[in-house]
Amino acid sequence: MAGTLAEKVWADHVVRRGENGEPDLLYIDLQLLHEVTSPQAFDGLREEGRTPRRLDQQLATEDHNTPTIDIDKPIADITSRTQIDTLRRNAEEFGVRIHSLGDLDQGIVHVVGPQLGLTMPGITVVCGDSHTSTHGAFGALAFGIGTSEVEHVLATQTLSLNPFKTMAITVDGALKPGVTAKDIILAVIAKIGTGGGSGYVLEYRGEAIRTLSMEGRMTICNMSIEAGARAGMIAPDETTFEYVQGRPHAPRGADWDAAVEHWRTLRSADDATFDAEVHIDADELEPFVTWGTNPGQGLPLSASVPAPEDFTDDNARVAAENALEYMDLVPGTPLKDVKVDTVFMGSCTNGRIEDLRAFASVLEGRQKHPDVRVLVVPGSARVRIQAEQEGLDKVFLGFGAEWRQAGCSMCLGMNPDQLAPGERAASTSNRNFEGRQGKGGRTHLVSPVVAAATAVRGTLSSPSDLGAASAPSDLQPVA
Amino acid sequence: MEAFTTHTGIGVPLRRSNVDTDQIIPAVYLKRVTKTGFDDGLFNAWRTNDPDFVLNRPAYAKGSVLVAGPDFGTGSSREHAVWALRDYGFKAVLSSRFADIFRGNAGKQGLVAGVLSEDDLEQLWKILEEAPGTEVTIDLENRQAHAGEAGAVFRFDVDDYTRWRLMEGLDDIGLTLRHEQDITDFEATRPGWMPKTLPARTMDTV
Ligand code: SF4
Repeated sequence: MAGTLAEKVWADHVVRRGENGEPDLLYIDLQLLHEVTSPQAFDGLREEGRTPRRLDQQLATEDHNTPTIDIDKPIADITSRTQIDTLRRNAEEFGVRIHSLGDLDQGIVHVVGPQLGLTMPGITVVCGDSHTSTHGAFGALAFGIGTSEVEHVLATQTLSLNPFKTMAITVDGALKPGVTAKDIILAVIAKIGTGGGSGYVLEYRGEAIRTLSMEGRMTICNMSIEAGARAGMIAPDETTFEYVQGRPHAPRGADWDAAVEHWRTLRSADDATFDAEVHIDADELEPFVTWGTNPGQGLPLSASVPAPEDFTDDNARVAAENALEYMDLVPGTPLKDVKVDTVFMGSCTNGRIEDLRAFASVLEGRQKHPDVRVLVVPGSARVRIQAEQEGLDKVFLGFGAEWRQAGCSMCLGMNPDQLAPGERAASTSNRNFEGRQGKGGRTHLVSPVVAAATAVRGTLSSPSDLGAASAPSDLQPVA
Repeated sequence: MEAFTTHTGIGVPLRRSNVDTDQIIPAVYLKRVTKTGFDDGLFNAWRTNDPDFVLNRPAYAKGSVLVAGPDFGTGSSREHAVWALRDYGFKAVLSSRFADIFRGNAGKQGLVAGVLSEDDLEQLWKILEEAPGTEVTIDLENRQAHAGEAGAVFRFDVDDYTRWRLMEGLDDIGLTLRHEQDITDFEATRPGWMPKTLPARTMDTV
């Protein structure tokens, strides 16, 4: 079949083609729900006397507001508690499967879906959350929606949509040691800009993408939205199948064979045309870090803080000026000299087991810088359990980091994990907007290994800046 | 959603332009978890701080047809702005210009957003101000607003598609459910191995 991967998945889900410029009616295979964007959707159903069409295609979890300590105590913040209580009541009333705080399968929606084997190649996934693009790493068409669309999917299991445009992002070559998926996506966003992907589904391809693990691919697709894109996708391959196989909801037996046979067809045709194409050389990439207040304001870690005059475009110059002021950075300062107060390791971008392993591999045998607070928050309760089975928790605690319960945590500071005004963080999350991690907080987006090296040196650093660890590590460093 | 053909109710002259969604309903109300009961948030700052604000005047307090200045509903795309108007009792808003997103949201929630010419807007304001409590009849079928003793008639614009939806009482979901058979047929073609969240499965071992 001709066409791009995104077009194929779209075509497979058209319930009804729109005529005369009307949108298509698209079938949604899986909807993920959380406490922030679902309450009004359920209320709307109730008001109209409607019920969810497919309860077996909905899954709810609590993540944005949940505390990461004392999870057995009532939630102190009233708004947070109300949202969570409301989700629980709605799930019970309507019969939606929910994984609540304390449950083994609780966690950030975008970590839980793949972990349960619900996220599969070629399906459509939606959630009232922009980082739903994460699931595109499996070759699914996955995108964030608004609350009234959440209600629409609950009631009809469909959405009325106009097709997206497609953009190929080819990352050729091989990554140097210490350069990770996070650095690829930060470089992509710096290159095309925070609006560069607007209206597009980005398809990541090329040798450097093929060699990435599923975790790395999820990190990349996760941040597609930060380039303004509707979704990000990566064609499924053996790496994908291996990740899905054996998970609780993955197909089994003959179903598995049938599924894989279909999944193998899910790739853009050799002669497919994309509406836009971008090329990146992986060999040239270095660890990346953001210096500004949007994810496109990033540079290699070896660079210095830019000056507003470096930007020829008027808007970019003004944006840089404002960002530098908010971030309290002086042009010309080497980024590696920027002191950090907090290191946040977690979020749906980098809160998976492989991310925690990578982080731990750098910490092992080293000392935390005394002025730095380090918060390690697993993306899900399962990730937490697995990390403890592997002894990673001991590495974190021995290093002097805090080891927390699963949730979004300091990614957006809806729970008590927040930066104080003026505090500076190296964060493995996906948004460095003003106040995102706490009012007045300053965020530098980094990869897990850069976050770890920063926790050791107290300034933005990569592992190559560190001296030898004091004890040989038996943990495998992860590229 | 209720079907809309005609509605008659007190007209409220809101002589302000550029009323943005934050003025229609302040951001603090966004923390709520319900989709109804936003009437207290409507124009909250004006209703609390300005005794002369039009809705604070008894003759207009029970109004259901809002006649507002140009560029109504600009700013952030919060659907709460439409919910607040609807919950207060408004069935229609007339203005010489609406922000696109507001107009889209209004149509989806059963609130008529009709566009008047600036001259007509001025005339209608005069009628409503000279005789507070004057009723306005919104005739959606003919896209006309009738007001006052003299029976003044004003033409307003609503696009064909939105008008049809309002007259049929179809919200987005209702509209989609007209194709329910197509959805059912589509579902019958889905392979059995597609993801199902129920019955719930979890990892065998911790
Ligand atoms: S971890 Fe952050 S980006 Fe991801 S879902 Fe939670 S709040 Fe959103």
